[in-house]
Amino acid sequence: MSALLDVENLRVRFRSLGMLRALATGVDDPFIDAVCDVSFQVREGETLGLVGESGSGKSTIARTIMGLTPAHDGSSIRFGGDELVGLPQRSFTAHRRHMTMMFQDPVGSLSPRLTVRSLVTEPFKIHGITGRDLDKEAKRLLEMVGLTEDFARRFPHQLSGGQARRVGVARALALDPKLIIADEPTAGLDVSVQGEVLNLLARLQDELGIAILIITHNLNVVRHITDRMAIMYLGRFVEQGPTEDIFHNPRHPYTEALLSANPEPDPDARKNRVEIKGEVPSLMNRPQGCEFHNRCNYAQDLCRRKAPGVSDAGDGHVYTCHFPLDGG
Amino acid sequence: MTQGDAALLDVNRLSLDFGSPRGRVHALRDVTVSVPKGRIVGVVGESGCGKSTLAFAIIRLLAGNAEVTGGEIVFEGQNLLDLNARQMRALRGQRMSMIFQDPMTALNPIRTIEQQMVDIQYRAPGGQAGKRRHAAEALDRVGIPDPESRLQAYPHQFSGGMRQRICIAMALLVEPALLLADEPTTALDATLEVQIIDLLKDLQRDIGCSVLFVSHHLGTVAELCDDVVVMYAGEVVERGSVRDIFNNPGHPYTQALLQCDPGRIRERTRHLPTIPGNVPNLLGMPRGCIFKDRCPHVFDRCRHERPAHHAIATDGHTASCHLLDQTAEAPA
Amino acid sequence: MTTAETVHDTGESEGVRGPGALRQYWQQLRQDHLGMLGLLLVVLMVGSAILADVVAPYEATKVMVGPRLAPPSWDHWLGTDHLGRDVLSRVIMGGRVALMVAMAALGAALSLGLLLGLIAGFGPQWLDNGMLLIFDAVRAFPVIIFALAVVTLLGPSLSTVIFVVAVTSIPIYARVVRTQTQSLKNNEFILAERAMGAGTPRILGVHILPNVIGPLLILASMDVPLVITLEAGLSFLGMGVRPPTPSWGTILNDGYNYIRNSPWPVVAGGIPIILTTLGFTFLGEALRDIFDPKLRKDL
Repeated sequence: MSALLDVENLRVRFRSLGMLRALATGVDDPFIDAVCDVSFQVREGETLGLVGESGSGKSTIARTIMGLTPAHDGSSIRFGGDELVGLPQRSFTAHRRHMTMMFQDPVGSLSPRLTVRSLVTEPFKIHGITGRDLDKEAKRLLEMVGLTEDFARRFPHQLSGGQARRVGVARALALDPKLIIADEPTAGLDVSVQGEVLNLLARLQDELGIAILIITHNLNVVRHITDRMAIMYLGRFVEQGPTEDIFHNPRHPYTEALLSANPEPDPDARKNRVEIKGEVPSLMNRPQGCEFHNRCNYAQDLCRRKAPGVSDAGDGHVYTCHFPLDGG
Repeated sequence: MTQGDAALLDVNRLSLDFGSPRGRVHALRDVTVSVPKGRIVGVVGESGCGKSTLAFAIIRLLAGNAEVTGGEIVFEGQNLLDLNARQMRALRGQRMSMIFQDPMTALNPIRTIEQQMVDIQYRAPGGQAGKRRHAAEALDRVGIPDPESRLQAYPHQFSGGMRQRICIAMALLVEPALLLADEPTTALDATLEVQIIDLLKDLQRDIGCSVLFVSHHLGTVAELCDDVVVMYAGEVVERGSVRDIFNNPGHPYTQALLQCDPGRIRERTRHLPTIPGNVPNLLGMPRGCIFKDRCPHVFDRCRHERPAHHAIATDGHTASCHLLDQTAEAPA
Repeated sequence: MTTAETVHDTGESEGVRGPGALRQYWQQLRQDHLGMLGLLLVVLMVGSAILADVVAPYEATKVMVGPRLAPPSWDHWLGTDHLGRDVLSRVIMGGRVALMVAMAALGAALSLGLLLGLIAGFGPQWLDNGMLLIFDAVRAFPVIIFALAVVTLLGPSLSTVIFVVAVTSIPIYARVVRTQTQSLKNNEFILAERAMGAGTPRILGVHILPNVIGPLLILASMDVPLVITLEAGLSFLGMGVRPPTPSWGTILNDGYNYIRNSPWPVVAGGIPIILTTLGFTFLGEALRDIFDPKLRKDL
C-alpha cells in the first residue's frame, strides 16, 4: 500500500522566552523543540499509534499535521502526495476535507450552543457543500455511529461521554475522509464505554478503509487497535515498528519500562517490574548524549557522551539506542 | 474481609441524597464498607457510581446540597455523623487525612511548601525549627531529592508527580489512622503512577495506617489493595479480598467490568467487550436490582425485588445478586 | 464483524432544553423571592412606561391642572408641582424617558462593546494591547466631567445623555467580552472547528458569540439602574433632558427648590428611582444565579 501521510524530519519549535527577555538575558536560542526529527508514514487503511507520556510532543504532531501549529523549516508533511508545510490557510482548507481530527475531550470539543444535528452537518456548511438534505445527512451520520435520530435535537451537555464521542466520530466522517487523527479517543471514558468507541473505530475502518492515527498514553488500547506504533520521548521517536513486534520484543529501555508500567488487573501478577527513576526532564534542558540516559537502567558511559543513531531490527522495526534490549 | 481485626472505620448502611433543581439524586444507598486496621481497601467503580462521594462523606467535606438520609459512619468507636463541626475539624488532619485527584490544584499556589507544611502542624507542640525539620523529613520520605532547599519552593516549581508526592507527605505528616485517597494517580502518567503506588504501599507499611483507596483503574486496585469494594450506581454490589474479586467475581457487574478491561484480554482483538446500556438515573428510587437493565442474567425476581448481599465464600466475600441466593430455587 | 449496538435516546440525561427547560428556569426564579419582587417591579415600570399615555391621569406637561404644590389628594395622587402639574403623570412619563435612555444607551454600548470585545479577544496580541489601552483610558475619565464637556459642546438634550452613557459603558462591556472570548478561544471545541477548516467569521459568529451573549445581557440588565440614575443625575444638574419634558431627575430638581413648602415632588421623584434600581438589581442577580452561577465569581 502507498503512504497516505508521509511525515519527514518534522520539527516543531515553540518560543520559550519573549523577544526582549531573550535579548536581555543573552540567550541566543529562545526556542524549545517540542518535536524533533520525527519521520513516519501512515498507509491507506492502516492504524498507527503514537504513544508517549504527557509533554512528549504527540499531540503537537497531530496539531501540526492539521495545520494548527506551524512546522519548522526543513520539515515535510505530504498528504496524498501534496506537500502541506508552508501551504497558505486557504489552500490548506481544501485538504481538511480528507483528513479530520478528533480532540481529547469528548464533550468539550463540541460547540456547546449547537445541537447535535448542527454539529454533524457543520462540515458541509464550512466547506460550502450545498444541495444536500441536511436532515437526511444528519440521520445517516448518526446511524453510522450507532446513535438514533432522536439525538439530533440534543445539546452537547446532554450527552454522556460515550455518546459525545460518537457524535465526534460522526462529524469526522461527514466528508468521507481518508485519514482520521484521534487524540486520546478514550481519555476520560469508563472501560465499558472505551470498548464501544474502539469497536466503532475498528468497524468504520473495516467498512470505509479509513486510515487512523491514534495518539494515546494507554498501551492497552494501542495493542488491540493499531497495526504499527511509535513511542515518543522528549519530542523524538525512540522506537517504531509493528505493534505485536514491539509488545513482544521491545528494543528501547524506555519502551520496556512503559510496557511494564501498565498495572495489570491481576493481584497475582507479581511481575518483575522494570521501573525507571525520576521524571521526564524539561524540554529546555535536554540531557547530553542519549536523552534517556539519566533515567535508563542500562546506561553506560557511551550513552552520556554520544546520542545514538537509528538502528533497524528488520520488518520496519527501528529504534535509537546504543545497547538495545535483547530480543526474546 | 479478614475477621478478628477490629475495624477502624465502619460505614453502615449509609444513604445520601443530593438536592438538585430536578429533584433529589439518591447518590448513595445503603452503602456498607468496613476498613480494618492496617489494611488497604479499594473502592472501584465507573464514573458516577458514588465512590468519591463516599470518601468525601467520610471526611465530611461534601457540598452544601448533600444530605445524609440514613446510616452511620463509625470511626474509632464514634459515629462521625454525630460530631459537630469543631469535633470533626479536630479529627481531620489528625486522625484522618485525604489526598486528592488533582495535585495541580491541591496546594495553595502563593505559599511555599514550607509554610504549608509547618501550618498543618499547628496542633503539634514544639517550635518552628522542629516543625520545619519534621517537614523536611516527610519530604525526604516521599522521595523528594534535596528536601531542605526544596522547602523554600512554591508548588508551581514542582512537576505533577512531585506535587502528588508533596500532597502525600502532607497527608502523612501527622501519621493519621486513616488515609483517604481519591484517585490519586489518575492525573499522572503511567511511569509516575507505578512510582506513586509503590510509594503509598511502602508508607502504609511503615506507618501502619489504614487506607481507603478510591479508583476507577482496576490495575492499580489489584496492585495496591488488600480488600476491594465494587460500587455501581450508588450501591455496593460486591465486596471481598482482592483475590476473590479479581479471580472469582460473583456479581454480573463485576464480571462484566473485568471482562471489559483491555489489560486482561491476552489475545489481540478488534472487538472489545462492552457493557451495553446506560447507568440508571438516580433521580427516582430504582426498583429491584440496580443492574437489571444491563445484566445478561436478568430474570423476573430482579425486576421487583432488590437483592440482598449473599455470601460467596466464608471469608467475607459477598455480592448483591439473586443468583447467589442459596435458599431460593434457581431461575428457570 | 458485529455491528456496534445502537444507543437509544433514553431522554434520561441532563435537563432537556425547550419548553421543559424554560419551565425549570421559571420555577427556579419563583423560588427566589427577591428575584420575583424584582420581576414585579420591572414589569410595573416597563408596563407603565409603555402605556404611559393611557395610564397617566393628566397630560404631563400641562400646567395648572390643579392648585400649585398641592399635597396628595384623590384628584392628584402624588400632589402637584410648583407649576400646578400633576406629579403622578410626570413620574409615569419620566419613567418612559428613563427607560428610553437606558434602552438606547445600553443597546448601543452592548453592540459596540460586543464587536470591539470580540476583535480584541480574538485578534492578534498587539491589537489587544492597543485596544485595552484605549478602553482603560476611557474608563479612567470621570463620567460627570466627560458629560460636562460633551454638554458644553453639544448642548443639553436627551441624545447627549444617551451618547455620554453609551461611550462610557462601551469599555466595560468590551472588556467583559474580550476576557470571555480569550478564555473560549483556547477551548478544544474552537480548535476542533479550526481543524475542520472554519474561518474566523464563522468561529466568532456561530461558536463564540452565543456563549458570551447570555452573561452579557444579564450584566446589562444590572446596569439599567446605573444608567437611570445617571440620566436622573445629569437631568438634575440641568445637563440632560430639557424642560418641560418630564424626567425623574428634573422632577427632583423642580421639587428641590420648594422642599421647605412641599416635600411631595421630591419624594415622588425619588421613590421610582429607588424602586426601579432595586427591581432591576434583584432581577439581574436572580437571573445571573439561575443561568450562570459561575459568573458571580468572575465579576
